[in-house]
Amino acid sequence: MAVADSYLSVSQTAEPARRKRRGVRLSTIADHAILIAGALFMLVPVYLALTTASHEAVHIQREGLSFGFGDDLVKNFDAALFAKGGFTGAITGTTMLMNSFILGVGFAVGKIVLSMIAAYAIVYFRLRFATFAFWAIFTTILLPLEVRIVPSYEVIQGIGLTNTYTGLIVPLLASATGTFFFRQFFLSVPDELVEAARIDGAGPVKFFIDILVPLSRTMIAAIFIIMFVYGWNQYLWPTLITTEEGLFTLVRGIRQIIQAMAEGSQIPEYGRMMALAIIAMLPPVAIVILFQSWFVKGLVESEK
Amino acid sequence: MKRSQFSHISLPILLLVPQLIIIGVFFYWPAWRALHSSFYLEDPFGFGSQFVGMANYTRLFTSAEYMKVARFTLFFTALVTFLALAISLLLAVKADKVIRGAKTYRTLLMWVYAVAPPVAGLVGVMLFDQNIGIITEFFAFLGYDYRLGVSYADTALAMIVVSVWIQIPVNFIFFLSGLQSIPRHVREAAMIDNPSGFRRFWEVTFPLLAPTAFFLVVINITYSLFDTFGVIDTLVKNNPASNPMTLVYKVFVDGFRGNDIGGSSAQSVVLMVLVLALTIFQFRLLERRIHYA
Repeated sequence: MAVADSYLSVSQTAEPARRKRRGVRLSTIADHAILIAGALFMLVPVYLALTTASHEAVHIQREGLSFGFGDDLVKNFDAALFAKGGFTGAITGTTMLMNSFILGVGFAVGKIVLSMIAAYAIVYFRLRFATFAFWAIFTTILLPLEVRIVPSYEVIQGIGLTNTYTGLIVPLLASATGTFFFRQFFLSVPDELVEAARIDGAGPVKFFIDILVPLSRTMIAAIFIIMFVYGWNQYLWPTLITTEEGLFTLVRGIRQIIQAMAEGSQIPEYGRMMALAIIAMLPPVAIVILFQSWFVKGLVESEK
Repeated sequence: MKRSQFSHISLPILLLVPQLIIIGVFFYWPAWRALHSSFYLEDPFGFGSQFVGMANYTRLFTSAEYMKVARFTLFFTALVTFLALAISLLLAVKADKVIRGAKTYRTLLMWVYAVAPPVAGLVGVMLFDQNIGIITEFFAFLGYDYRLGVSYADTALAMIVVSVWIQIPVNFIFFLSGLQSIPRHVREAAMIDNPSGFRRFWEVTFPLLAPTAFFLVVINITYSLFDTFGVIDTLVKNNPASNPMTLVYKVFVDGFRGNDIGGSSAQSVVLMVLVLALTIFQFRLLERRIHYA
């Protein structure tokens, strides 16, 4: 855990004066102890999910959860990914994995495209209507989907979009977060760029595609990560909108598992369940870890 | 706004239309319908509805069950907010201080951000399970018979623990970025004035961190109210009967299971008012932040 670190934050460079004294040594140990305890608190539940995914159901039923690994890890993951039937009836884990990707990517791309062009219109055009549009979009921040869930469902049902990818993704796009984020960013882009583009004879479309979009690359990457994770992790909306198993996402599938667990009379397939839970968390966790600096930037900036 | 803008008319409207249509159909229309049907009583068999004025609301506020859920929501929100903030503040302060392994600690403390609440709930179901749960075993060792999904208090405990667990990363990230944005000269001056770490934290660092903390309080309240749905749904194992639940979960249960559209809509409207109040509160804070920053 004590990996030597090239990164020095501001506080750390200010520290040496204190470190000379002996008493401080102890406090440094205490600091690490607290951080390690925190890291373990975050890690252990998922570690236990992984060990559970490596045992036979009967073993777990008899012995309870354990910290050691069993021999069935591959078998359980194989069953979670490829076996049909079981707790989800007709579909396999791979189908759910694909649906999760469709929801995550579809939502993130839709969000970025919609909010970028809307923010562009609001920031870069002299238009009275833009102020109205800004407030209309802005107001959506006030009410999360969970609050208006029942009427939203009725509306989708009325249009006949239940059990479609459109019904799954598009209603989730009805919020202002992305538009806000890009508006803030566009406002920080120097005005001289537009003037220069104008002198060069570039119109608004050319300016947007050739200058603004390339300039926003990091912002787009950052917001993509946030939105992908958000879309992938959706639960309530997919639960309502998709009743056909072929459209289930992994997170939606969790609900089926719980139901089977509550109703089933035989021993639940603990190993397979936990394997599926791990598969459901792996892609978003990997993205957040791999693109950590973009992710942190996106998170901190988008909430400002 | 920008000093120099384009003066086209049709293009910006064209760019705004997709987003406006989507929020119109999937936001304003449903929100309006919730408001509308909260004043109506729907026939349980779907034959029309009848205007009942405030009846759905009075029914709500005189219902002992609703008030019980409201009290639990308050308790749950307060506790989750407090614990998630306190733990992550402690961790952020330490992560900001250490030199060795700072980056590793940061990664280890933030990755859980990406775990979906219901997935965390499912892992929680295992850890707190009556037969196999490791936490249940620990309670048994202490001589306590822990029963998830049976005992009201036991289920509440699991809900709080799991909800805090997933919320720590966001708070940690914001606190750490807040701490790291404190200018170096301020830190150094504080170091000279006040060598005691504990006092320095409360007298210098914490006040400078206050805007971040206030902002996070609002974020955490919103999270506890709305985003914990997946945690609650998995931990009550689809059987809310005698288990604790939050206001948002009750909207769902009454609207989809109980088919009480009027009552559920009235609850939605109550929640809308709550969120509205929170948001206004947040913006006033934000304003102050802009003025004094």
